[in-house]
This record gives sequence, C-alpha cells and structure tokens, in this order.
Amino acid sequence: MASIQELKDFTQQVRRDILRMVHAVNSGHPGGSLGCAEYITVLYQEIMKHNAEEFDMDGKDQDLFFLSNGHISPVFYSVLSRSGYFPVSELATFRLLDSRLQGHPTTHEGLEGIRIASGSLGQGMSVALGAAQAKKLNGDTRLVYSLHGDGELQEGQNWEAIMYAAAKKVDNYIAAVDVNLKQIDGTTDEVLPMGSIKAKFEAFGWEVLEVKEGNDIEAIIAGVKKAQSLTGNGKPVCILLYTEMGNGVDFMMHTHAWHGKAPNDEQLENALSQNPATLGDY
Amino acid sequence: MKKYTYTEKKDTRSGFGTGLAHLGRTNPNVVALCADLIGSLKMDEFIKENPERFFQIGIAEANMMGIAAGLTIGGKIPFTGTFAAFSTGRVYDQIRQSIAYSDKNVKICASHAGLTLGEDGATHQILEDLGLMKMIPGMTVINTCDFNQTEAATIAIAEHEGPVYLRFGRPVVPIFMPKFTDTENENKFVIGKGIQMTEGNDVTIVATGHLVWEALQASEALEKEGITAEVINIHTIKPLDEELILKSIAKTGCVVTAEEHNIIGGLGESVARTLALNNPVPQEFVGTQDTFGESGTPAQLMEKYNLNAAAIVAASKKVIKRT
Ligand SMILES: Cc1ncc(C[n+]2csc(CCOP(=O)(O)OP(=O)(O)O)c2C)c(N)n1
Ligand SMILES: [Mg+2]
Repeated sequence: MASIQELKDFTQQVRRDILRMVHAVNSGHPGGSLGCAEYITVLYQEIMKHNAEEFDMDGKDQDLFFLSNGHISPVFYSVLSRSGYFPVSELATFRLLDSRLQGHPTTHEGLEGIRIASGSLGQGMSVALGAAQAKKLNGDTRLVYSLHGDGELQEGQNWEAIMYAAAKKVDNYIAAVDVNLKQIDGTTDEVLPMGSIKAKFEAFGWEVLEVKEGNDIEAIIAGVKKAQSLTGNGKPVCILLYTEMGNGVDFMMHTHAWHGKAPNDEQLENALSQNPATLGDY
Repeated sequence: MKKYTYTEKKDTRSGFGTGLAHLGRTNPNVVALCADLIGSLKMDEFIKENPERFFQIGIAEANMMGIAAGLTIGGKIPFTGTFAAFSTGRVYDQIRQSIAYSDKNVKICASHAGLTLGEDGATHQILEDLGLMKMIPGMTVINTCDFNQTEAATIAIAEHEGPVYLRFGRPVVPIFMPKFTDTENENKFVIGKGIQMTEGNDVTIVATGHLVWEALQASEALEKEGITAEVINIHTIKPLDEELILKSIAKTGCVVTAEEHNIIGGLGESVARTLALNNPVPQEFVGTQDTFGESGTPAQLMEKYNLNAAAIVAASKKVIKRT
C-alpha cells in the first residue's frame, strides 16, 4: 500500500512524463492525459491486482484496465512504464518511427500492458464488457476497469454497450467517465449538450457514483473502493470522475486549447517548474 | 519535358476549406456537417459566414452520415467533414444504405488520409478507404494532389448529382496545379478527366493524391538517366479515365501506379483491371504493401513505406525491364 504522499509524487512524475513526451515530438494530447493522471495512477498503484513483470494477454486472476479514449496515451504509457510493464527509458520513443509507443495505444507492436488498440473513439466499453464476460466464464473473480472521455460518450456504440451491460448484468465491471466537460471543438455543451450523464446511466440500469474531486488522490481511492463494493450485485458500475483538463499546469487548465497541442520550449519549462521531478525523469 | 515548380506549400485540407467557403457564398443549398473536428477540416470560414447552414454533430460519425442523407431530402447538398478513417470504415453501412443505395447527394469530405497523417499512428491512418469507397456502386471517388486541385474539386462536386468521396490530407505540400478562377471559370475541375502532366515514351506513371508531386520528381530524375515518363494526374479514381491511360500505355507499353493507399483495393488495381480488359502490359504498384501504418513524421513514413519519388523511379526502371 502506497502512502498518499507517495501516490502524489508518482502522479507528479507522470505529469512531467506527459509534458516531456508530447513536447519532444510536438504532438499528442496533454490536456486529457494530465486530467486523468491521478485516476490511472490510483488504479495501477493502489487498486488493481496486476502483474506488470510478467504481462500476458489473458490476465487471468488479475484486474484488467482498458483505455477507450486512446488519445490520452501519454498518461497510460507513463503509468504503465513506472509500474514496471516496460522500461521507463522507452517513454523517450513516444510517437517516433519504429516505436512501440504509438500515437494511440496498440497491441500491434507487442507493448506490455496493452490489450486492445484504441484511438478511434467509442469502442472500448464493448471490449471491456467482452473481457468481463470472459472472466465470468472462466470463474475469474477479478474486475475489469475502463476509462472513457465525456465527449467520447457522443459515439452511439457506447449506448449500445451501456444498454447491454445492464441487460446482461455485467457486474464485475467498473467504467469511469472523464468528465472534464471539454472536447476538441469546445466545451461539451458547445459541441453537443448531453444533459445529465448520471441520469442517463441510471436510466439504463447502472449503479452510478460521482467523484467530484477527480484530481484528488484520496477522493479517487474512496470512490473506487465504493465502486468495488457495488460490484457483484447484478449491475454494472459507473464512476463519473470530474476532472480538470490540463490539471497541474496553470496555463493548460480551464480551457480546451490543450486537448491535442504540445507545449513549446518555454511553455514546457514553465509547466515543468510547476511540477518538480519526484522519481527522476526518463 | 515540362517542368513543374512551386513557390508555396499548403495543406490540401485548406484547399477544401477555401472551396467550401466559396460554395457557402455561391450556393445556398450547400450545408456542412462536422463531428468535432472543425479546425482540422478547416471549416471555420464556412461556419463563420453561414452559421445557420452548419451542423455540429458531436463525436458521432454514423449519426452524421444519416443526418446528411436526410438533409438531401429537403434539397440540401450536405458536405460532411471528418478524418478519412472516420468518414469511411467507421460508417460504411450508413454510407452504403442511407447514402449510396438510397441515391443521396452527399459529399463525404475526408481529411488526414493515409500515412501523411503522421504521429497519430495507424488507428487514424486509413490506407483502405479508396478501396472501400470505390466498391460502393454509384460512388464517385476523388483524391486530390494539392491545395488548388482540392479547392477546385470541392467546388466541382457540388454541381455533380450523386454521392462523392473526396479524399485529402493533413501536411503542407507543394502547390503546382493552376488555381481555379471563378470569374473566368478557368482551370475548372472535371470529375473523371485525368490530367496528363508530362509527355514521355518509356513509361506511364499514373499517380493520385500526394504521389502526383512525387511522380513529377521521379520523372525529372528519370529524364537525367535518359528515360522519359508520361505522368498522369489521376485525381478521380472512379470513374477512371481509362481512355487517357490506355492512350498513354499504347505509346509507352508499361505503367507504374502510385498512391498513398494499400496496393490491394486502390488505384493500382483499378488500372490493372483496365489493362487486363483492354491491353495487358507490365505494371508495377507503388503503395503500401498490405500493412497498417505507424507513428512517425510524414516524410519518414513515406520513405519507410516506399511512397516517394525514389520508389517511383525504382518501380519505373523495373517495369521498363519487363517490357
Ligand atoms: C471515432 C473518432 N472520431 C473522432 C476522433 C477525433 N478525436 C480525438 S479526441 C476527440 C475529442 C474527445 O473528447 P473527450 O472524449 O471529451 O476527450 P478529452 O478531449 O476530454 O480528452 C476527437 C473528436 C476520434 N479519435 N475517433
Ligand atoms: Mg472531455
């Protein structure tokens, strides 16, 4: 069990990794990555039972995580490498030719920790449901987790999956939605107002709980533990995680501008100075 | 041999944006739809000038295709905009049933096609879209080569009755085609009419999209070695300008096709079919070899996957040897 301070330090290093990775190739998605740094850190460092050293695709008797909003690959890669899936030094190859760290996560290059390609939005929940049902068939009692963008929920396939999950009582599954209220063309309300996501999930038959402080380690741990306690009761569980896009870098917060834009040299320096190294840079 | 030069580089998607803005001013029936990628598709100008004729769909491409089909029923001419991957594979059945089979006049405008999308990697780099689209009965398939041609094509497809797939890209590339001028109707884009760029005797190079410029570079390199190439800019993959291609190969006796697409299902196969039916001659294919793409800069990827002038030169020499 890591202490809260240790998790905070881990997250801060993840933030540095994200910023340095996207800066190095002048591409990639820092906004959503920074916003989800705490959640993915908590899953891999505190919540999930998983074997980083000996990754195998089936993940039998392990908890599984699926990243549906694949554009936030920087945070995923950073947490995976710093959890032991592959060398931290490999983060330096992000988005370069011949790298295993593709722009969006892929199984194609055999990167440990990745179980499905994502990047084309809206497909991850269906995959997570299949994996959860396979666990049931295998008598495997571990859980399946997934993460989705709020803009991503505009893809209709999600709602097919949401309907299916409740209908088929996939109750070994905890989906989280990164509610940062932003997407590429603006706020989610500017692009396509979705009304109450909570009411929608509930109407579809899910257990829904909200983590209002989605960038607070303790709030996330409490939220996920609560979610765990709701599994196994015949209903899928959803966490609405209210995050700040660009969290931890003042000029990247409160705007959608940094969804898919890399900082320049000066901006990087400024951003890193707000997040001093804790575990050592890659 | 005719030489092509350029003074400016621009992205073909900006040609689409400029063409769409022109349509906004000249054709009140033109409406535009986008799935959360306004900036990437360069649709801002149209939207600013015609906010009531723009529909922000959200990240829901299947819904976008259906809405576009519906808008035609009220006499509108919808232009949909998203990346090529999400304009085709993502929504294939919607295009097939609600648009093509239903004879709907929708213009599917697809940016960031092919490897030159770059760092986002294979999930976004579709190399199968020309094949997917050309297989749909009644679909017109266009892949433009530079800013000017994309602008002219965007304007031209509004006048064409029927579904069209217009494919363009992300990076800045040389502008070497003449500009369309509305007032004189000069340099109008003619769907289905290939453009012979150079005259030659030894090999015909049929190229589309970003590969047209590479083919021109290749022809200059070949000329230095005493080989003259006839470069054909085949912006329309379907219907294919068979007459122009057959006329050229009657002279050269061999052909290289070049496209930023899988060799399976692309322009090369359409040309091969034309040859098989009319005048079988040796052909070499420049295209991706049944593989997904990957992350990298556009130039790195075009080199790694052999989609540049050097690859066209090598293929030309090879095909000439086979005659
Ligand atoms: C099917 C599909 N359509 C469009 C895109 C392009 N795209 C990438 S991220 C994104 C916005 C996603 O919004 P959200 O899920 O809220 O993520 P955030 O911006 O908050 O990170 C879009 C439209 C895509 N990757 N996949
Ligand atoms: Mg969002």
